[in-house]
Amino acid sequence: MFTTLRRTFLAAAIAATASRPAAAQERFITVASTTSTEQSGLFGHILPIFTRETGIAVRVIALGTGQALDVGRRGDADVVFVHDRAAEERFVAEGFGGPRRHVMYNDFVITGPAADPARIAGLRDTNQALRRIAEARAPFISRGDRSGTHAAELRLWQMAGVDPTTGRGQWYREVGQGMGPALNTAAAQGAYILTDRGTWLSFRNRQDQRILVEGDTRLFNQYGVMLVNPQRHPHVKAADGQRFIDWIVSPAGQAAIADYKINGEQLFFPNATQPEPTS
Amino acid sequence: MNDLGSAFSTALGLVATADPAVAQIVLLSLRVSLTAVAVAALVGLPLGALLAVARFPGRGGVIVVLNALMGLPPVVAGLLIYLLLSRSGPLGSLGLLFTPTAMVIAQAVLITPILAALTRGVLEGLWEEYAEQLRSFGAGPWRAVPTLLWDGRFMLLTVLLAGFGRAAAEVGAVMVVGGNIEGFTRVMTTAIALETSKGDLPLALALGMVLMAIVVTVNALAQGLRDTAARWAG
Repeated sequence: MFTTLRRTFLAAAIAATASRPAAAQERFITVASTTSTEQSGLFGHILPIFTRETGIAVRVIALGTGQALDVGRRGDADVVFVHDRAAEERFVAEGFGGPRRHVMYNDFVITGPAADPARIAGLRDTNQALRRIAEARAPFISRGDRSGTHAAELRLWQMAGVDPTTGRGQWYREVGQGMGPALNTAAAQGAYILTDRGTWLSFRNRQDQRILVEGDTRLFNQYGVMLVNPQRHPHVKAADGQRFIDWIVSPAGQAAIADYKINGEQLFFPNATQPEPTS
Repeated sequence: MNDLGSAFSTALGLVATADPAVAQIVLLSLRVSLTAVAVAALVGLPLGALLAVARFPGRGGVIVVLNALMGLPPVVAGLLIYLLLSRSGPLGSLGLLFTPTAMVIAQAVLITPILAALTRGVLEGLWEEYAEQLRSFGAGPWRAVPTLLWDGRFMLLTVLLAGFGRAAAEVGAVMVVGGNIEGFTRVMTTAIALETSKGDLPLALALGMVLMAIVVTVNALAQGLRDTAARWAG
């Protein structure tokens, strides 16, 4: 019963969309990436350049890093472009894709309400800042969604020697959503939050949120790119996907990244050819 | 208040300038949801009509399930279709995930139970009126289905509109199976969700107003069509 229903749906749906030959023949790759690269406007700036040079369109699915890697594991994307080095190296080690290439970095910042109840404004040491937030039991919004930013936040708490989960449901609030919705929540609740600088710069609903802590080397945020393993998923567009990876780490791709600015401020710093700064 | 005002002027601006990006999103929304309604109607209307006229063991159970499925959360429908269409899923070789076709399938799955359940409700009343007459012509339930669907066509338009409203308004299913790809699978609701997460609340609300205007227009057109046709059928 259900199979026949499904077949009927499929047949009708395929018939309905078959009348679009142009889109069907378009040469494209699918890239699973993060909300920070999409919502900061970076992709809107660099992808048209890549498409112009190669004739390959890029379809971006913007998710948290954990989810984006899962999409790659299932073979539903050709390329994964994310920012959680430990999770990426696991992805490569498990044979789902790779090799992993450095692309660019930016940094995280801690933002909070202007009133700053935990008095962290101007600190450069994230350990000290997070300890003060925990001691003051000041509201802190966590992404709580296995994203790259969430992983980074958990590492920072660990380095600070604080277990925020003891304040779960009270001052430590996990929203399980993307960076934007989490920032909306922090702004509404007058809470502290860890965000990548790119999303912050392009975020519009700041209310009285401002950057309070920045510049600690622990806040470094590296992005990496990997081809999904075509041996595991034969339909992966290996040649075109590799072309994208080769381009984004090439001088042309790296220049396009460096070129993207909001209000004169550069959002991402290309470092495909340099060793990663140690934290 | 300020946000509401600026949302309203942004919405007017979007419509007045016929912003090409917005126009494309609007057209895709209409194409996906209207196709989904058409596909769902092919299954849902006959199914509902059959349930209205046929008596068989387990009929009560089928009706309960259909009524319950009217409340199927879109994101659950989306996840089911996602797992079916994923490259690692049973229908992965079709390569349909993250395409408008996948969005049509998800919305069709979502609204088929709605169309079937509402159709049954509408046609049961008609059937009570006509049953004697149709039976006297020797028409069994199978013959009665097309007759009922035809006689109830004006009432069924409302059923289709309810399905369209649900399809056009949902975001959970199309977000999961479409992926909200700019210029390819971005529709009104996923665009609104995206602008909300970017914190551009006036633009999000403006898009919402445009969506509402479209839904109102579709309903008005359908209403006009129904009135005109009813007059002709007189």
